[in-house]
Amino acid sequence: MPSGYVPIFIFLAVAILFPVATIIVAKLIRPSAPFLTKLEAYECGIKAASDSRGRYTVRFYIIAILFVIFDVETIFLIPWAVRYHAFGWFGVVEVVVFLAILFVGYIWAYKKGALQWV
Amino acid sequence: MDFLLLSLIKAAVVAAVLLTTLAYLQWVERKVIAHIQVRLGPSRVGPHGLLQPLADVIKLITKEDLIPPHVNKFFYLAAPFLAITMSLLSISVIPFGSEVRVLGQTTWMQLTDLNIGVLFILAVSSMGVYGIALAGWASNNKYSLLGGLRSSAQMISYELPLSLAIASPLLLANTLSLRELVQKQGGFEFGFLPRWNIFQGPWPQIISFLIFVIAGFAETNRVPFDLPEAENELVAGFHTEYSSMKFAAFFMAEYANMITVTCLTTILFLGGWQPLFPASMGSNLVPPVIFVLAGLVALYHGLNPARRKDRFTLPVFAVVFFALAAVFLLPAAREAILPLFWFAAKTGFLLFVFIWIRGTLPRFRYDQLMAFTWKFLFPVAVLNLLVTGLLVALVP
Repeated sequence: MPSGYVPIFIFLAVAILFPVATIIVAKLIRPSAPFLTKLEAYECGIKAASDSRGRYTVRFYIIAILFVIFDVETIFLIPWAVRYHAFGWFGVVEVVVFLAILFVGYIWAYKKGALQWV
Repeated sequence: MDFLLLSLIKAAVVAAVLLTTLAYLQWVERKVIAHIQVRLGPSRVGPHGLLQPLADVIKLITKEDLIPPHVNKFFYLAAPFLAITMSLLSISVIPFGSEVRVLGQTTWMQLTDLNIGVLFILAVSSMGVYGIALAGWASNNKYSLLGGLRSSAQMISYELPLSLAIASPLLLANTLSLRELVQKQGGFEFGFLPRWNIFQGPWPQIISFLIFVIAGFAETNRVPFDLPEAENELVAGFHTEYSSMKFAAFFMAEYANMITVTCLTTILFLGGWQPLFPASMGSNLVPPVIFVLAGLVALYHGLNPARRKDRFTLPVFAVVFFALAAVFLLPAAREAILPLFWFAAKTGFLLFVFIWIRGTLPRFRYDQLMAFTWKFLFPVAVLNLLVTGLLVALVP
């Protein structure tokens, strides 16, 4: 493993230990007096009528699907940008074709109303 | 010195500075917003409320920590950890300054330089989405669930323009290492215009800078994109059911993300630790002049105090500012802290913009928010990348 990652693991240990330590300290000194009403869901004061994990709008799923498609695109574009000078004009043409295909997909999704949020 | 020992020392220093900055950023935010709204802001705890962060920490630690019985306990407890750990971790590849010599050791003001630094930050900060989404789901509260859903949809949507905006400066610099990115932005065009990516030819990256900053606001859930915690619709959004230190963990994660985004903006677009104008035109004198001016202002207000205590506190601040100015005039110290000053100045300015916008703009509606990124930012970011690519190919 390249040694450049060692400090990252050190810092990861710090980043894990910090919240653990503060929560342990907090546990030692804070009061704890729970009772039934206090532990109810913070909603409207009346006992929650149902579990909150019900159905929600399908828009969120569509956004997730679109994200997967277009995020893969950006993942392809970042290495292309980094090696740009090595590719020359070949890289330019390649990416114009790549983006053109994706753009057609984008227009299709737009026309289908996938980007419409109402 | 041993590499491991050096890394340990650097990690300790970075963690200490980062956590102090986190605490005081919140004080700065409250003060700035207070003054925007013509109030005083925190002013009771210590001089000018300077001990307010400490008081907040004590308050949050001693608060009762409720774990409601209806939550999914494992994910409920894991979510704040994930959020704070990931947001702290992403600072570890940021270069704060150039090479320095301390006690005979030459070292970079950076914990470590990865050859994939930019990707590392993107990857780690996307892990932060899990913290928020899990918190929203595990709380088993309608407000939390809605907040978590909104937040995850918003964060993944704004990640597209964000990463496309990053691609354009990468195209100019041809490297993913954050240190090299800054080094490539050194020097001056025509002797005065800095070669930062935001000014650099053939196609100045102003558009991608703006896209990056806007997407950064959305990624950190800040106003005007703070729909996940819109208090007049969702109480507190995804952290409604959290109390005590777990709430503080989300709070700190948000501020740590803000610092990471501003640091990254500085590095990608504003030339990191490179000065605004050449040293031959006196850029080395900027910090002492600024600190002397600040000291004079503090001294003036200390001599004409608006409040009784100002007569004692403000002259002390003036002395501190004069001392800082003197440090910047020492040739030995100057080499090391000038880059740090420029980096801190740019990052600080961007953080101020974050707070300024919070004090100025109202919140978006959710459909406006989604339409804005999908129908406007994303195509513009793609076009900007294409234009950049074409112009770089045409003008070698």
